[in-house]
Amino acid sequence: MNSDQPDFHLSTADRRRFSVALKKLLPIDSIIDDADRLVVYESDALNAHREIPWIVVLPDSISQVQEIMKLCSEYQVPVVARGAGTGLSGGAMPSSDGIVLGLAKFNSILAIDRDNLTARVEPGVTNLAVSDHVRPLGLYYAPDPSSQIACTIGGNIAENAGGVHCLKYGLTVHNVLQLKVVTPSGELITIGSTALDSSGYDLLATMIGSEGMLGVVVEVTVKLLPIPQTAKLVMAAFKSVVEAGDAVSAIISRGIIPAGLEMMDRMATKAVEEFVQVGYPLDAAAVLLCEVDGGVDEVDGHTEILTELLQKQGAYRVRVAQDEQERQELWRGRKSAFSAVGRISPDYLCMDGTIPRHRLGQVLEEISDLAESYRLQVANVFHAGDGNLHPLILYDANKADELRRAMQLGAEILELCVARGGTITGEHGVGIEKIDQMCVQFTDAEIAQFHQLKASFDPQGILNPGKAVPTLSRCREFSHRPVRNGAATS
Amino acid sequence: MKQIPDRDASHDLAGAVEQACRAERALNIAAGRTKDFLGNRPDVDCQLLDISGHTGILQYDPSELILRARAGTRLAEIEELLADHGQMLPFEPPHFGPAATLGGCVAAGLSGPRRAYTGAVRDFVLGVTIINGNGEILSFGGQVMKNVAGYDVSRLMVGSMGTLAVILDVSLKVLPLPQLEKTRVLECGSENAIETMCALCGSCRPPYPVSATCYYGEQLYVRLSSTENAVQTAIEKIGGEGLEHDQRFWQEVREQRHAFFESSMNFWRLSMPPATPYRLSAGSLIEWGGAQRWLKSDAAVDVRTQIEVGHATLFRRSSDAQDHASSQQIFHPLSAELMQIHRRLKQSFDPHGLFNKGRMFRDL
Repeated sequence: MNSDQPDFHLSTADRRRFSVALKKLLPIDSIIDDADRLVVYESDALNAHREIPWIVVLPDSISQVQEIMKLCSEYQVPVVARGAGTGLSGGAMPSSDGIVLGLAKFNSILAIDRDNLTARVEPGVTNLAVSDHVRPLGLYYAPDPSSQIACTIGGNIAENAGGVHCLKYGLTVHNVLQLKVVTPSGELITIGSTALDSSGYDLLATMIGSEGMLGVVVEVTVKLLPIPQTAKLVMAAFKSVVEAGDAVSAIISRGIIPAGLEMMDRMATKAVEEFVQVGYPLDAAAVLLCEVDGGVDEVDGHTEILTELLQKQGAYRVRVAQDEQERQELWRGRKSAFSAVGRISPDYLCMDGTIPRHRLGQVLEEISDLAESYRLQVANVFHAGDGNLHPLILYDANKADELRRAMQLGAEILELCVARGGTITGEHGVGIEKIDQMCVQFTDAEIAQFHQLKASFDPQGILNPGKAVPTLSRCREFSHRPVRNGAATS
Repeated sequence: MKQIPDRDASHDLAGAVEQACRAERALNIAAGRTKDFLGNRPDVDCQLLDISGHTGILQYDPSELILRARAGTRLAEIEELLADHGQMLPFEPPHFGPAATLGGCVAAGLSGPRRAYTGAVRDFVLGVTIINGNGEILSFGGQVMKNVAGYDVSRLMVGSMGTLAVILDVSLKVLPLPQLEKTRVLECGSENAIETMCALCGSCRPPYPVSATCYYGEQLYVRLSSTENAVQTAIEKIGGEGLEHDQRFWQEVREQRHAFFESSMNFWRLSMPPATPYRLSAGSLIEWGGAQRWLKSDAAVDVRTQIEVGHATLFRRSSDAQDHASSQQIFHPLSAELMQIHRRLKQSFDPHGLFNKGRMFRDL
């Protein structure tokens, strides 16, 4: 199979015909094709990668999406679906020959099924809106990515979003039951079911995390969970990141699955304290936030075990939040960590590698050494319980060469994660950002298999071309790259 | 503890696939032969590809909650190893015989009593190594909890009945064993059964630490799993009678050795939204808080005509159902559009149509 990219170049006449046909399908205010407004869509939250799309369409019905897909399929026009544009890997970066299919108008919560504990929502609904809507019923939607105020359920599906609580409650793939999907040829199909499983292959798992490469999600049925009776948060301060990393493994070994288990290093806690003052100890090399939830009896038992265990693991300070206000306050620090780092540095890149938990301490030290060799600073704030790192590489785009150095350091960190038995992306997706590192993680035969899988859903290759899976020729170029040494060449 | 044999047959198996490819000979992938009853019968002229010699634990570090083992490793041996470290397979898979293997468990995608509360096989699969239909050995996913690099091929293998690839090894997330498990038996009329089951894990405040439910013969069996205090508190609230030998009870339900399954009729597995009203008369056993229902019926009856939501699998066929086999599909039929995606996926993994042809759907 030819895995190289199809050519999407349209003749001027075809471009005109396509535009005319599109204007027959949609009201004029649902089409954006003027330079001023197209700029808004040039990137997602990874703005180091940009491209102005040819046209942006904002349909408001499933039948419009079907008609748009049929038209794009007929003319072989690339389609990049987009939710709120909060993605961190450039997955929604447009194609200059193609359209952006904005799903912002699909923002209704369609139905709540209290008996079956499900919610049927449109893909443009924000993650937090689902939980807010069902809170009066004592229910919530478990995945809680940091961007949950803004990011949409559709985007969460594209990236298989996780969040702080996925160690216990799972990722998007564990919390979605059914999807309605428009295929590239414009057919509407139902994947998964409102039962716990469905007949045939697990296409639901294939769709979730597929980065907009396989179909356009137009409706989602999510699982709702009862809000736990109570939750307790324990904060522990350590003199070294290695000790903190070992404590994470010790907690899991003890048979406790915390609802959340987060780590911040010194630079991150310092940035947070300067920003929001929640009371993180500034003399700690690493701070762990460990939350347990469930029934009162269970939570009390686990908190006691945790406190003792963390002290035994070398924590020099262990504090249990005494009330709900204190608990929320300590979480507020963690939740504002990315913005806090944004205040101390003009720009940053957020990495997303995952490693086996027992390697945490070692890899954090290796990242720190790498950063030093690139003369850049890195702050770490991440999901320690899952081994999902989020090194934030600080840089200033206005300083000559800093962006290039930051990107090279990022690439090296991802390759380090693969070398230590992990993966280049835990929850942000490959997008355009990590596409070269896919060649490090997978063999040619595996990448070819990915392309064939995609072709099963999208034979023409019009959905999000050039993302998520590199062409084999791109990998060949990448493997012949000159030996890089950011520190020496800059 | 018995030593699990460490035998790597991947290259022999890949060689066998290549040879089958050259000889244009279809393969029937099997190991413990415990689930031969499930799905359509293999073609008579296909060749057996035996995985049972490909065994061993490749990685197990209890603090990582991850186990990676070769597909031919027996499930019972894996469960024993985990139990020695206070851990378990969270989806409590049925074995259907002592020879059941990890590969068969993943290929069949069947989960046990804990499924509705903890998750299914697919929820705990983190990575796989497979042989595709070109004889290439490929790895997807990995040994970490979160991984979104590339498409989720690992989960696609779960429940594919061996029609896409030969599974060589699987990485799974495992969980700690609960401190305490107790089962309560509640008298419950069939008109309230579904409602009571749903309430126990959804709308009750606080939710109880339920890890399994089963409704049969006007009795509702509820298993509670948590810390000692939490289980005791829940017992006081929900009442009912204790059940002696409760481990054996759940094992019998899981392995279909419970009295309900002693019959030569057709057994259907219905999968539906848990709160779907109970309209199935006698001859049924309900699990998973209402989401999985077993139904006995005469060979001539097509249960699919009686359900409006969910799907039905003809799980075990009575002996006289063999004659009806040509008219009744084992797995719930798919829409034309979904079937087309299935055909293309099959083609993409197994371009020469070597693996378990027709086992799931006749033209797949």
